[in-house]
Formats: sequence, structure tokens, C-alpha cells
Amino acid sequence: MVKEIERAGIPVVHICTVVPISLTVGANRIVPAIAIPHPLGNPSLDKEEEKALRRKIVEKSLVALETEVTEQTVFDK
Amino acid sequence: MAKIRIVHYINQFFAGIGGEEKADIKPEVREGAVGPGMAIQAGFGGEAEIVATVICGDSYFGENIDAAKEEVLEMVKGYSPDLFIAGPAFNAGRYGVACGTITEAVQSELNIPALTGMYIENPGADMYKKAVYVVETKNSAAGMKDAVAKMVPLAKKLLNGEEIGSPSEEGYIERGIRKNYFTEKRGSERAVDMLLKKLKGEAFTTEYPMPDFDRVDPNPAIKDITKAKIALVTSGGIVPKGNPDHIESSSASKYGKYDIDGVMDLTAETHETAHGGFDPVYCNEDSDRVLPVDVLRDLEKEGKIGELHRYFYSTTGNGTAVGSSKKFAEEFSKELIADGVDAVILTST
Repeated sequence: MVKEIERAGIPVVHICTVVPISLTVGANRIVPAIAIPHPLGNPSLDKEEEKALRRKIVEKSLVALETEVTEQTVFDK
Repeated sequence: MAKIRIVHYINQFFAGIGGEEKADIKPEVREGAVGPGMAIQAGFGGEAEIVATVICGDSYFGENIDAAKEEVLEMVKGYSPDLFIAGPAFNAGRYGVACGTITEAVQSELNIPALTGMYIENPGADMYKKAVYVVETKNSAAGMKDAVAKMVPLAKKLLNGEEIGSPSEEGYIERGIRKNYFTEKRGSERAVDMLLKKLKGEAFTTEYPMPDFDRVDPNPAIKDITKAKIALVTSGGIVPKGNPDHIESSSASKYGKYDIDGVMDLTAETHETAHGGFDPVYCNEDSDRVLPVDVLRDLEKEGKIGELHRYFYSTTGNGTAVGSSKKFAEEFSKELIADGVDAVILTST
């Protein structure tokens, strides 16, 4: 799906846990996530901390969308 | 002659430990054959014995690839096998990646002949088909018998250092290796034969298939994200509670388009996942853990993004054919463009 969205001309960022799969699929902007059953959360944290964690990942994905890339790039910093 | 010693790798599901709720188990080892190992051992007809089975949860492996690889390698090494077999993984994505990773590691780091098996669309196949022998299987465990029938002869050849035939002869996925051989007819004649067949509309086989580089260049970055309209898309199967469109839990034949106008937060009362490929407990408690609507609403209010698009698109990504997901995205991308969406955040489990 990520490739078809990109092909349609819309910049897309892929937030996913298993980065090697995303690379194989052909995503260009990739942001690593937390875990397979909860990519943007962590049930062991309290609600506030968990939301802050989620916000960090989403903000990273916004940075990815604002960054020019020429090849597949993993935004893991 | 002593029996061939095999170590076999399988996931928590095939070991009978459990489904997605047990996908986070760490690697463990059991003496002897477990689950599909019985069929593989039987396939060798008394010539081989599975001395140990290494079992690991698919999510644990997927989330800790490097650590899991090392742990599993140590376990394999402890049994000094003559041969290593992983899977087959059929169309299970994380399992396929695990099988490919560990097969490659056993082969290159322990120098032990190794092979695995999976369906051609398994992402693990694309990742590892060049490095190791990946026997092509059907897309579900119903193809176990067929998979074993291909894996055993190939394993024997690898073990004995025999020459391995072409992918179509041996049943493995093409590795992109070219081999020279002598042929009766020269190239010009073969080329003309092929052309004649093509002109007549008959089937012909190319001698040099073009590699399939289906890559899409990245689009230019968003200039000003604070003005951008952002849409959410997911393969994590988020749907309104009750799954009104009956999106299948795996091998999805459709996707859903859902209105989140005025929705500030996804909750256990409003949304859930239809995905059958991960433990749904955490997501069903709070679907923002897969589709971050709450955070994007905050960012929208604070002016950090222009706006969150009124609709999100969702399907389940497990076992869903590449062709289907391609078609889904082709369709909804047109709508996204018509709706003036500037960028997409796609989340996957």
C-alpha cells in the first residue's frame, strides 16, 4: 500500500515495527515503532507517559515527511 | 551409517504453544521433533533424526531480530547438527522473516547446510531468497505435505554436496544466479524459436528473466507541515467497533473508509481491530496504539499540522495478497488526491 500511495504522488511515511519488512516492501520514509501488537503505545506505561511516547513517534514521522530523501531512509534517531 | 542430525526451527504456533497471545515467547529448545518436524523426519524415511527443535515466538523474533538470532544460533550450535531446517513458514510474514534470518545465519556463521520454505509473497522470501535456498510452498499450512516433499530431497542434496538443479527442477525460489551450461542449439536459433512462439501466442520461457525492481522514488518533502492535510492509513485493521464492513481477519478482500469527523480519541467503546495476525488485546483497549488519532488531534489543535483528514483507510495486512493491497491503495489514493490530502501516515503492526 505504501508504494502505491507514493506512486500516486502523495508523500507517505511508514510507521512499523519490523523495519526490514518495510524496506523489502519499498517504503521510502520509515519510522520504527514499539512492538507488533502496539506499534504506537506501550501498555506497561501509564496513560500520560504512553501518549507522550506516541506523540514522539508521530512527531518523528512529521519530521520524516518534511525531510527530502533520495533513497529509502529509516528515521531512527 | 549414523543418522543425519537435524535441528529444526519453528514458531510458537506450530509448536502448539499458542497463537498470537504467545507470540512474544523467547527462544527455547526441545529435544526431538515437534509439530511439523514429525512430517519432515518421516520424509527422510529413517535416514535422519531431528535431534532438537528450537521454538521462538514470531513477535519476539520480529521485535528483537539481532538478539533472537544470536540466541537461536547458540541453541543450534549446541547440537552440532549436520543440517538445519526452518519452517516452512507459508505466508506468515514475521515467521518467514525469522526463518530466513536464522537459516542465513546458520549457513554463513556455523557453516551448516540449511534451508527453509515459504510462500513466494512472504516478505521473508524477498529478503532471503538470494542468500539461502527457500523452497516455494503454498500460502497456508494445508501445503505442508507438498512442502516437505520438496524440502527433503533438496536438503539431502545440500547435505551431500550434490549439484543443485534449477529453481523449477528443485522447487526453490529463484536466487538470481546465472549458470553456464552447454546446449545443443546456439543462441540465435533459440532466440528465433522463442520469437516464433511469441508471435504465435504460444507459451515460452525466457532464459534471462529481468529482475523485478519495483521501486517508487520518494516524493518531495512537505514544505510546511503546519499547513498540510494529513491522512491516516493502516494495515493494522482498525475499524469501528463491530467491524461494520466485515473486513476479514486475514487475507483481506477489502478495505474500509471510516469517518473520524469530530473524533478526538479512539477508545475501547468506539474502535477495535479486525486483524487476526497479532494479539488484539492492547489495540482493542485503545486503538490509538495502532492509529494515533488522539495525538494528531492534539497536534492539529496546536497548529503543528494543518488538519487531520476526515477519513481513515484500513485493512488487515496479514496474509493479504500483494495484488489486493496494491489495488486497495490505487483506489483510495485517488480519493486522497481528490480530497486534497498532502501527506499520509501509514501504520503497520
